[in-house]
Amino acid sequence: MTSLRQKHRRETLRTLAFLSPWLIGVSVFFLYPLVSTVYFSFMKYDGFRPPTWNGLQNWQYVFTSYPFFWPALRNTLWLVIVMVALRVLFGLGIGLLITKVKTGAGFFRTAFYLPYLAPPVAATMAFAFLLNPGTGPVNSILRSIGLPQPGWFNDPSWSKPALTMLALWGIGDLMVIFMASLLDVPKEQYEAASLDGAGAWQRFRFVTLPNISPIVLFAVVTGVIQTMQYYTQPLVAGKVASGVIGGAGQQFEPGYPDKSTLTLPQLVYHLGFQRFDTGGASVIALVLFALAMVFTAFLLRSMSERSAA
Amino acid sequence: MRSFTRAVIGTAAVALLATACTGTSNAPQADDDATKDVTITFWHGWSAPSEVAAIDANVKAFEAKHPNIHVKVVGNINDDKIKQALRAGGASAPDVVSSFTTDNVGSFCSSSVFSDLKPFLDKSGIDLDKTFPKPLQDYTQYEGKRCTLPLLNDAYGLYYNKTAFRAAGISAPPKTLSEFDAVAKKLTKVKGDSYSQLGFMPNFHGYESTATHFAALWNPAYFTPDGKSNLAKDPAFAAMLTWQKRLVEQLGGFAKLEKYRATFGDEFGAKNPFHTGQVAMTMDGEWRLGMARDAGVKFEIGVAPFPVPDEQADSYGKGYLSGTVIGIAGTSQKQNAAWELVKFMTTDTDAVVSFANAIHNVPSTLEAIKSPKLAADENFKVFLDIAQHPKSNTTPASPNGGAYQLTLQDFGYAHEAGKVTDLAAGLAKTDAQIDKDLAQTK
Repeated sequence: MTSLRQKHRRETLRTLAFLSPWLIGVSVFFLYPLVSTVYFSFMKYDGFRPPTWNGLQNWQYVFTSYPFFWPALRNTLWLVIVMVALRVLFGLGIGLLITKVKTGAGFFRTAFYLPYLAPPVAATMAFAFLLNPGTGPVNSILRSIGLPQPGWFNDPSWSKPALTMLALWGIGDLMVIFMASLLDVPKEQYEAASLDGAGAWQRFRFVTLPNISPIVLFAVVTGVIQTMQYYTQPLVAGKVASGVIGGAGQQFEPGYPDKSTLTLPQLVYHLGFQRFDTGGASVIALVLFALAMVFTAFLLRSMSERSAA
Repeated sequence: MRSFTRAVIGTAAVALLATACTGTSNAPQADDDATKDVTITFWHGWSAPSEVAAIDANVKAFEAKHPNIHVKVVGNINDDKIKQALRAGGASAPDVVSSFTTDNVGSFCSSSVFSDLKPFLDKSGIDLDKTFPKPLQDYTQYEGKRCTLPLLNDAYGLYYNKTAFRAAGISAPPKTLSEFDAVAKKLTKVKGDSYSQLGFMPNFHGYESTATHFAALWNPAYFTPDGKSNLAKDPAFAAMLTWQKRLVEQLGGFAKLEKYRATFGDEFGAKNPFHTGQVAMTMDGEWRLGMARDAGVKFEIGVAPFPVPDEQADSYGKGYLSGTVIGIAGTSQKQNAAWELVKFMTTDTDAVVSFANAIHNVPSTLEAIKSPKLAADENFKVFLDIAQHPKSNTTPASPNGGAYQLTLQDFGYAHEAGKVTDLAAGLAKTDAQIDKDLAQTK
């Protein structure tokens, strides 16, 4: 009996030893930050003086008084819904197109993948240059063919579509994943479907889609999480378009134009590291965390329900 | 499962304890001996080669006077980096820090991230009133706590294209806002649905055409004596916004001006719209003279104080003041040595003058402004006069940095775009917002 217990203890220790890298990682990089964030969300803390308890004041301030919060939440949700959906559709479309191309597939693969390798700051600056309403080549072309010229990053109603275009341009990662999954669909299933008289759409609907649905789910879930963390591109686009990029002493209010490019991660930085308000920043970080959890849980559940049905 | 729960609770408890310890220790005031051999680190924001060379020369002059103090200089530092470094502390954190914006002085002083300089000033027998102009003393302290000193000054005035003035038959720069509006219209040349030349870019995103820079022309009071936002009660703000919006409409309207603004080059690049002739007049600081020269502008540049409201015509000559500030990091363990550098850079007349000459800024001390060694041509003298004008003013320090200025600016964007129907109510709402932000910080 004793030896059995010892053996069991040894097994447990061995398991814990093997698990220790993960346990340490999850404690240091997930649990500790999470608990700290919850703790600071109830504290007044500027990073210099000792934190002091202030109850729900940070929560109240963020939800009722911080003028950037609701626009940033609306923008983040807009981007999560529109940008993720379009990215998945576009990535899948390009993947389908490239797998069907008989000649020059390698060229197209490279051409669509290359933009993904561009660093986000450089890519955004290039887009801001291309889409400059007054001097950019895109509007020059639109003007020359008599089409209306949007204000792009300078117009609140066009800034998010412009960011979406930028995201679609760098679709290379999704395209590669979809391409691999499309090539993995068994050919026999297509042949059987064709013999049954299925057309192109029916083959896609009843053969391709069920086979790649786990990849679609993966693309949606990772897309949602990525978009929740969307920081660099809207910040750079706003800065470049507003012209506030030069002076070390210049103040820049994130979200140019008219708060249309504000996202929640920008507010975490703005409140926490520019206004010294760690408490408020923690509240926003927790809102982001909760939103990501809700979206992911909803997507996973709806997917598992569908596959169970 | 139970043991997993226990593990989670245990980790959380450890994390909470660890977190509770964060930031609880206040750095002790250093009692280092400034006569012994020591190396201090100095962070600044300048990055252009000529500016970096100028600051290095200044530091070399300091080291020659204080052979025992060696200075490690780190450039191209903005306020965000300063805040992060001073929060983190540690061996690599700076001892002496300069910042380009006065907006953060309130947060630097109230959070004690910069040391109180009063003991050092007393020790060295420096009389602030005899050393620095009043507005510069104001923007380097917060609620009586002096944690920074002025290191060169910026004065804002009117730049105008003399060649364009002559072409339009205008002989002298305007002195009142009604004259200014008329001149701006006269200098505006429409081309299709845009402009070949705009008299002035009044939109609030037009670089230095900010709400606070314009408001300075009315000498406003941003806060009541008890620290509440005062935008609705001080008629200066409504007057400024009304004037600005009227000018926006007179020059073609918000949308048309915004579209034109999108064609402008970077403010601090060679393609600044004033350099390229896209705008014939601009509000800017004294640094524009050197930048315009470097950009090789083809026209003759004129400089004057910015026009004032008609009812305050007798205050012509004033302007908005700002500048670089310098202080000692609260975490520094070499504060006495750090003070020697701060004292030298801010109060040594030769040091201030040579630095001002090198980077084309207005000197920050009363003696330096009058120094015969100051390289001041006719245009630069205009800024020296603005800096010394009794009605020149600045924006007050606030514990949450320049948040109140951004909130006012934000309201300005809505107003100029025609989204505000009731100006007085809008200003009162902006006051309430500023008060809420301040309450969250205090």
